[in-house]
Amino acid sequence: MAKITYIEHDGTEHVIDVKNGLTVMEGAVKNNVPGIDADCGGACACATCHVYVDAAWQDKTGSTSAMEDSMLDFAENVEPNSRLSCQIKVSDALDGLVVRMPESQH
Amino acid sequence: MSQSDAHIVILGAGHAGGTAAALLRQYGHTGLITLVGEEPVPPYQRPPLSKAWLKGEADADSLALKPLEFYAENNIDFRPNVRAEKLARSDKTVTLSNGETLSYDLLIIATGMRPIRLPIEGADLGGVLTLRSAADAEAIKAALGPGKRLVIVGGGYIGLEVAASARALGAEAIVLEREARILARSACEPLSNFFRDYHISRGVEFVLGAGVSGFIGEGGHVTGVRLADGRVIACDVVLLGVGATPNDEIARDAGLECARGIVVNLEARTADPSVFAIGDVTHRPMPHYDRMFGPESVPSALEQAKQAASAITGRAAPAPEVPWNWSDQYDLKLQIAGLPFDADRVLLRGDPATAKFAVFHLKGDQVQAVEAINSPPEFMMGKQLIANRKPVNLDRLADTSVSMKEVAA
Repeated sequence: MAKITYIEHDGTEHVIDVKNGLTVMEGAVKNNVPGIDADCGGACACATCHVYVDAAWQDKTGSTSAMEDSMLDFAENVEPNSRLSCQIKVSDALDGLVVRMPESQH
Repeated sequence: MSQSDAHIVILGAGHAGGTAAALLRQYGHTGLITLVGEEPVPPYQRPPLSKAWLKGEADADSLALKPLEFYAENNIDFRPNVRAEKLARSDKTVTLSNGETLSYDLLIIATGMRPIRLPIEGADLGGVLTLRSAADAEAIKAALGPGKRLVIVGGGYIGLEVAASARALGAEAIVLEREARILARSACEPLSNFFRDYHISRGVEFVLGAGVSGFIGEGGHVTGVRLADGRVIACDVVLLGVGATPNDEIARDAGLECARGIVVNLEARTADPSVFAIGDVTHRPMPHYDRMFGPESVPSALEQAKQAASAITGRAAPAPEVPWNWSDQYDLKLQIAGLPFDADRVLLRGDPATAKFAVFHLKGDQVQAVEAINSPPEFMMGKQLIANRKPVNLDRLADTSVSMKEVAA
């Protein structure tokens, strides 16, 4: 279990307990947190679950696959700490994770 | 009563209906929402049914859009195992299959589609299956395993995805296609040839130009498929993947305009201001192509859920999205952006032999659609080119040494 803070673009915070094994995307979507669309449901096919990972957590969220890199490369408003949240698996090590949402996923 | 207190009844608890209910709450709707679903479970994702679910890599919890308790916690009255039978628009009521009558202020029809069952001999035998619901997928999964022979009637995406999953489970898979090539309606020739060859290399058999005349069985269970030329193909189980038809009867019977699906505008609203329709059951405007169409895709359903929820809650209308879809087979990721309407040429970028290429459908020098295999840049940039209608240099587009960013620059 990890406590994850999702921060909408307008600053609204949602603190959610997310079960291990789910993805950071699923933690948001299943709790109806706005700002993460995840149109493809986690297939790494759409880049609509884009988040910014707080600097302190970048190492712990792991590295990106070639597919994720490639999708992110063409998404809107990408920063060096951009990730697709469907590709980050939740574990105890992510307890306290903070992610911020871009203005739009489309 | 203000609109935010309106009682909204959603008919159909699939991807579209479930998303509309959740978005209405996100967007601040406070009135009761009743979500009527024919299946025993709350809304879930259907795309994994032919892929991860079939291979045992996903379970019911992981497919659920929201956990069951979400609905009660959010004042969404989720009614499983019940279907709407009659819509009376004059008194704004819906009669359900359990005899109950619901009054609505606003109605959202999200009843989806149902698979076509061929009206031929033996189609009602046990083991002649279709795939739409989790229960369908469960039946297919139970019938597959090492040494089992699956015949798939119809070489479309669902059939091919199930063929790939069947191979992963150790089953034999034989695809029967009426046309001379698979994916005849949905993909161009280079792509359908590529998929055919890729499946063959993984042990799938194809019979092309194959008309099916009937199914034969023993003890009420299918044992073979009879082709029009008299050949019989033995099997343990059959999947019919020959398309789907919209569940639009409730709207037709209520006098709402239907084409192939319920006709709606860009608010996902019908001609009746109190009745919306979203998802596969609709025939909708496609703003990038100046026409009406039924894209039969999850992204379209989600976009329409946003359109309806925005219109109902008074939010600004969402910007039109480029239609898109995807398919996963083996280690292949196909991403499709746009629709090949009005295209006058097809351009290949990359080499199919590398399993990494894209097919662009062009109208003059504008991209109408792109089918990208293991090629996210072509998909992502193609989507942007379709949205902004920017002309492209075709020689550069065909040249993989020129990056997609440079092509679009």
